Amino acid sequence: MNIMRRFESPAAAPSGELPAPVRISRRSFLQGVGSGVGGFALGVYFAPALAAADKAIPGHAGNPDAIPTAKNMPEPQAFVRIGADNGVTVIAKHLEMGQGTFTGLATLTADELDADWAQVRVEAAPADVKRYANTLMGIQGTGGSTAMANAHRQMRLAGATARAMLVAAAAERWKVPADEVQVSAGIVSHPGSGHSAGFGELAEAAAQQPVPATVTLKRPEQFTLIGKQKLPRKDSADKTDGSAMFTQDVQLPGMLVAVVAHPPRFGATLKRVDASKARAIKGVVDVVEFEGGPGRFGGVAVLSTNTWIARQGRDALQLEWDDAKASRLDSDAMWRQYAELAGKPGTVARNDGDATAALEKAAKVVEADYAFPYLAHAPMEPLNCVVKLADGGCEIWNGEQLHTGDQGAIAATLGLKPDQVTIHQLYAGGSFGRRANSQSDYVLEALSIARAAQAKGHKVPIKMVWTREEDTRGGYYRPAFLHRIRAGVDADGKLVAWHHRMVGQSIMKGTPFEQYAIKDGIDSSSVEGAAYPYPIANLYMDLHSPDTGVPVLWWRSVGHTHTGFATEAMIDELAAASGQDPYTFRRAMLGEHPRHRAVLDKAAEAAGWRKPLARGGKGEKRGRGIAVVESFNSYVAQVVEVTAGADGALRVDRVVCAVDCGLAINPDVIRAQMEGGIGYALAAALHSEITLKDGVVEQSNFHNYTMLRIDEMPKVEVHIVASDANPTGVGEPGVPPLAPALAGAIFAATGKRIRKLPIGKQLKA
Amino acid sequence: MIKFTINGTEHAHAGDPSMPLLWFVRDEAGLTGTKYGCGMAQCGACTVHLDGQAIRSCVTPVSAAAGKAVTTIEHIADDKVGAAVQAAWRERDVVQCGYCQSGQIMSAVALLKSNPSPSDADIDAAMGGNVCRCATYVRIRDAIHAAARAAA
Repeated sequence: MNIMRRFESPAAAPSGELPAPVRISRRSFLQGVGSGVGGFALGVYFAPALAAADKAIPGHAGNPDAIPTAKNMPEPQAFVRIGADNGVTVIAKHLEMGQGTFTGLATLTADELDADWAQVRVEAAPADVKRYANTLMGIQGTGGSTAMANAHRQMRLAGATARAMLVAAAAERWKVPADEVQVSAGIVSHPGSGHSAGFGELAEAAAQQPVPATVTLKRPEQFTLIGKQKLPRKDSADKTDGSAMFTQDVQLPGMLVAVVAHPPRFGATLKRVDASKARAIKGVVDVVEFEGGPGRFGGVAVLSTNTWIARQGRDALQLEWDDAKASRLDSDAMWRQYAELAGKPGTVARNDGDATAALEKAAKVVEADYAFPYLAHAPMEPLNCVVKLADGGCEIWNGEQLHTGDQGAIAATLGLKPDQVTIHQLYAGGSFGRRANSQSDYVLEALSIARAAQAKGHKVPIKMVWTREEDTRGGYYRPAFLHRIRAGVDADGKLVAWHHRMVGQSIMKGTPFEQYAIKDGIDSSSVEGAAYPYPIANLYMDLHSPDTGVPVLWWRSVGHTHTGFATEAMIDELAAASGQDPYTFRRAMLGEHPRHRAVLDKAAEAAGWRKPLARGGKGEKRGRGIAVVESFNSYVAQVVEVTAGADGALRVDRVVCAVDCGLAINPDVIRAQMEGGIGYALAAALHSEITLKDGVVEQSNFHNYTMLRIDEMPKVEVHIVASDANPTGVGEPGVPPLAPALAGAIFAATGKRIRKLPIGKQLKA
Repeated sequence: MIKFTINGTEHAHAGDPSMPLLWFVRDEAGLTGTKYGCGMAQCGACTVHLDGQAIRSCVTPVSAAAGKAVTTIEHIADDKVGAAVQAAWRERDVVQCGYCQSGQIMSAVALLKSNPSPSDADIDAAMGGNVCRCATYVRIRDAIHAAARAAA
């Protein structure tokens, strides 16, 4: 069946594929592939460094200078292939998890190639850090909203190089000057002689051409696909007829499904399992214990060819756990501890001027605590991974977000070289950060189960699947955070002092990323974006990073999920305290930040900020709020409009969003990511919260870890602010401004300040 | 032995009759377009049609399908309304991660078959059981309205 064919070894490349191997020494993109836990090193990760890297990239706008390929694109066939059938295959080094990367990478390549969009298809790249490193990370991986930022020049160069080789082949065949040969929508032609050919006819000859020494990228006015308002996504067809392949859908000969049981408390270990009832279920093939390791917890897996039977078996297991090393965290106690820490100095993250003295002199001072719960990523596809062990190798099928890390970790576990581990990339049914785990938690768990199964004679592929319950309770949450801010304005209403203390777990501590992300005791992902970008002469910021034993991880927009709220909410409170308009107050402080100001202006203008909001129905109060947050070098402002009912019911009516993400490669994908980011953020703002009682996560499935549903989705209007800056990401930046703008709208409507998320029933109290 | 059809093909199940239909469809019939999301009828990713009615296959036992016709996403385009919904989804690029979209489409088709011209409130009521974590709801709503116009 077709599913199987998808996983057979690729047939030998049909003749005529472009290009044949080129005899150019390959440059390694990677600096310092190390021998760390995951077998990788991280080059550049954080936003300031990313911005610096951006500057080094020749203008997206098409640098008129010729770009040398030997250094920048020695191997175009690693990124684009042309078949005899005219098909253009773009090789995507990044995971498609919904954010539109496949479409984006294909757009960049196809535009420079002057391909016919209808003939462009996308294939996922294998794990190969030498060819496919994220140029901003130094490893192959997808995250930090960097796909377009790191790959835009690379993919364009690939397209331009392949185009030049097609042109050279045509010129040679037709005996005409190359500079007279034209390419448009997949057709190569020479108007003077009347020759023309499809890409396929020229592919084989083009493959024999040398890679040109230099290529020149297009100028913006030459773009045919980049920036086009409606370019169909490359993954729409297979995601609407059931044929899209996710890890959950992999079926291999002899494969067994493994449904797992984890300890109910983080850090607990298996004491005893009685599997007799599980084994008695018809169809249960075996029950295996698997080991934990750094960042993951051992447990028991039930094997069957049928997922439900394995699930029945898992539920029939009688398990006893040893809680000696388990976290017994209780959320209420944690908040008490965090509040206590917020009263004590932490590790200083920033100290400009003298915030304490300035606060004493300030005309108005506002003090507030803002609290943010643990959040599960809850992608629609629960975590899973397929492992096939073989002598001297291992194959993985996964929605792979951190190729180099997972490949290295598997290789290290098995005593193999990384290139002996093959990763078959599949679509991820959402991730929001969860599938990129610096300790390779779920991938190594699947490996551990496959090895345990093999040891019992099951030398077959193993598909590990987590139930929704395991996924919800499995940890790696957005860390809970408490922010305590005291800030003041002078008699003229000017922000003069800001004292900001943060309490929350470090995401990077204890991971291979620690050495890059933690400097002088400050995890940059804990504080990124705090108090930014407002000019504050007296700014003090410190941080407590307690460890609770609950595993934490980046969650769509990482630190900005809480720093963006705390900062923007306090700005709102200061505006109110000094009798200023929230928009005007912000705007006046953004003189040095024109991109922030432009999106803020655009959102305010489009929302009609200066005009009164239409009245609500009887007993209803309406309000509007505004926020602006830069994250991952993209700038997003949102205006939220709400209606509050007399009974405390809240309706979010409309969100007007303005975004500047540099060159807008796929405007419709940008709009989609803003819409989706707003919905994702709204779910968290309204409903989502992971709590623990005596170490046990209290939520388990969508009935108590509540998702946003269609009736709660507001109208969304997205405005893309034109920019000639290098492109940046859109997967995450739509998230941070929503909750603070919503809180501002609620205040405007009801006079009630939201200082704790989720909003839940706070308006009903 | 429980007999029924899936997309017009006859199937028989000799195992546990309480097995949810989802797992027969996915693991026995090999039709993986229908998804597991929650296992307790909370998310709608598993939505299929049973004699034309949208059901949550993760909580519907195989026994409930006896003698009936199951339709899954793989064959939804065989139907006029199904084809219109699928086309509207593609035209608007509704999908993001795509994992929930089979269920969304199956629910949307069932809605339009019973209500060819739904209001926003009708859409909220009919689609409220289908979670999209990517929050593609704005486009789902637009696509349903567009499909209604196209199928009219």
